[in-house]
Amino acid sequence: MTGMREVYLDYSASTPVDPRVLEAMMPYFSEVYGNSTSSHRQGRRSESAIEEARATVARILNCRPSEIVFTGCGSESDNLAIRGAAWLARRQGKAMRLITSPVEHAAVLNTVRQLADLMDIETVIAPVDGYGRVDPDRFADACREGAAVASIIYANNEVGTVNDMPSLASIARQHDVLFHSDAVQAGGQLTLDVGELGVDMLSLSAHKFYGPKGVGLLYVRDGIDLTSVSTGGGHESGLRAGTHNTAFIVGLAKALELAYAEADARLSHFHELRERLIDGVLARIAGAKLSGHPAQRLPSHASFVLPGIDANALLMHLDMNGIAASSGSACKTGNPEPAAVLLALGFSPADATCGLRLSVGAHTTAADIDYALDVLTDAASKLRALKRALAT
Amino acid sequence: MSKKDSRVVVAMSGGVDSSVAAALLVRAGYDVVGMMMRLWSDDSMGGADHNRCCTPDQMRDARRIADQLGIPFYVLDSKDVFRDRVVQYFIDGHRAGFTPNPCLECNRHIRFDWLLRNALALDADYLATGHYARITKRPEGGWLLRKGLDPGKDQSYILSVMGQEQLSRTLFPVGGYPKAEVRRMAGELGLDAANRKDSQDLCFLGNSDYRDFLQLHAPDVMAPGPILSSKGEVLGEHKGLANYTIGQRKGLGLSYSEPLYVLAMNAIANALVVGTRDELGRDQFLAERVNWISGVAPTDAFRAEVKIRYRAQAKEALVQPLGSGEMRVKFDEPQRGITPGQAAVVYDGDVCLGGGVVAKLEELPVAAGAVQAG
Repeated sequence: MTGMREVYLDYSASTPVDPRVLEAMMPYFSEVYGNSTSSHRQGRRSESAIEEARATVARILNCRPSEIVFTGCGSESDNLAIRGAAWLARRQGKAMRLITSPVEHAAVLNTVRQLADLMDIETVIAPVDGYGRVDPDRFADACREGAAVASIIYANNEVGTVNDMPSLASIARQHDVLFHSDAVQAGGQLTLDVGELGVDMLSLSAHKFYGPKGVGLLYVRDGIDLTSVSTGGGHESGLRAGTHNTAFIVGLAKALELAYAEADARLSHFHELRERLIDGVLARIAGAKLSGHPAQRLPSHASFVLPGIDANALLMHLDMNGIAASSGSACKTGNPEPAAVLLALGFSPADATCGLRLSVGAHTTAADIDYALDVLTDAASKLRALKRALAT
Repeated sequence: MSKKDSRVVVAMSGGVDSSVAAALLVRAGYDVVGMMMRLWSDDSMGGADHNRCCTPDQMRDARRIADQLGIPFYVLDSKDVFRDRVVQYFIDGHRAGFTPNPCLECNRHIRFDWLLRNALALDADYLATGHYARITKRPEGGWLLRKGLDPGKDQSYILSVMGQEQLSRTLFPVGGYPKAEVRRMAGELGLDAANRKDSQDLCFLGNSDYRDFLQLHAPDVMAPGPILSSKGEVLGEHKGLANYTIGQRKGLGLSYSEPLYVLAMNAIANALVVGTRDELGRDQFLAERVNWISGVAPTDAFRAEVKIRYRAQAKEALVQPLGSGEMRVKFDEPQRGITPGQAAVVYDGDVCLGGGVVAKLEELPVAAGAVQAG
């Protein structure tokens, strides 16, 4: 096992912290450590770092700094947006309905489910096409009767498909429905200009764009009187109580700043390697299908359905050869369920256990892709031979 | 081939035996990979999380031990093949009036076939388990399956389904140690598993009773029917044949001049046949699906020791191999508790020669014949 080549192709799951980000964070552990709410100079130094980070983020999102709420992660941002909007709707006597799609991240889906259970809120699932895009007409139908909030994923984590945010947001606005988007996968790769996107709320997480784990943000358009889901001190305009994690907030802003400053080079690198990967898999593995949209997808993201190849076993073979990959259906407990996202796209339950996601990043090389393709091809043929042998 | 280049997949349960097996392999320098199979359990009994071979606790323990040993650990989904091969066998066996032993079927179809093949596909050279048995090379070529060194722990009975190909690809690292020594090693290695209880009941029942399981999956075997004497008199009503096993005395609900025992389950008539302790003794039975570990069925009858249940003593007998995978076994002394569905495993000293599944008891009870004559 020692000296084995390791190729990380799971950047959609998480990325390494950029050394420049780490460097920016370092002073905020032991040198500048004051509580940002304190009035003394140590406190003021922390506060100033946080407000500078907020301003940096606001520039990239093309919003006001006051519209940025720092949180602990993308899931927390999704919870705050949806839960906060549902409670706001109850307070305002608005329609107690939630609109979402069948291909959302669990942070959105399970929050919606819990609210439906506990608050007797009606849930409307706007359907997607065979690529995972929310159908604008059906979305408009869903918005017609009003809702507390509509939450639609910007770019899908499992199949990489990018939704038409401006169209969906404008439909929601026409029907006076608050529009939230989980943009966790889009962060660092797609535009986050909230004016252009037209969203009312948007969630991000730093570790998807070479920032640290444990920090995220929610953009909340001015004028939306969201109800707090974490009460305490008045941090983050009263929306998220808890002492600021100064170093991580600084890290988030630095990572986001670098991602958009260097976007041209990064994205063309991702795109080139991603295409090499897709071409190789489709050419070398019989029956392989690309899942998600071929063009309207995240530059770093490739995903496939490899019929007849159990995703769980495939990930084991890849890992034994040093390759980190992922699948919507595989899990550490060997109890795979067909991936809900693939089912929603119209794949059969059998195919929905055969998903594979490979995502490239800053440190991926063409040689990595070629090695991964060799290993993948070999593993696929071994697993298919095994399946044939066991069937006889 | 040096051990470093030799890959071993070790089936880990999170328990003492397989953990120590993994540790011994790591210490010996093999390229070790830990694996656990996700088996099946009925949804009404909590689903796969409740199979006692792979609960979340066991999985966490095995994962931690693998981590401690610095080896990769994977869980493979074998729910469907386990359901089809092992659980169905259990249900069908009860339907036929047998007392099936699904653990042997699991070794036959799942552990030493499905898992072994998965291991080989992963470029492994061997599959290792924590069983108490030993594999040794025969001087003239081929492999012998021998009893575990610890007589109280020997598990060769449930491994009697293995063949030469499987033995050549299998390692039993703890088979040469007494259990106490294995526990001591677990403690020494700081393995958390050192104090866990050995599992006993059928894994796929979770914490439920097998009767509840059968009520759900084979309600016919839980249907009441007549209790008959060996002469055909109706003595009472039974609560479903699956509630009984041969030799059982308790729970019959009969009052009779002497204690009565279950002699047979007649699935066709849904009748439970009972008789006296003397009637219980049989000296001869036919076994089918016989596996000869050498790969070659002996041609002539031979003397051997035969074990008719996992916890029974092996007893002296004459073994007559028959065609089509059958054998006839004639004990020197009548045995109580020869039970259709249980394995009959043949030994020559500590060498396990193979075994089959008891199909039917052939001769009249020895004592019953005497009663008739008198």
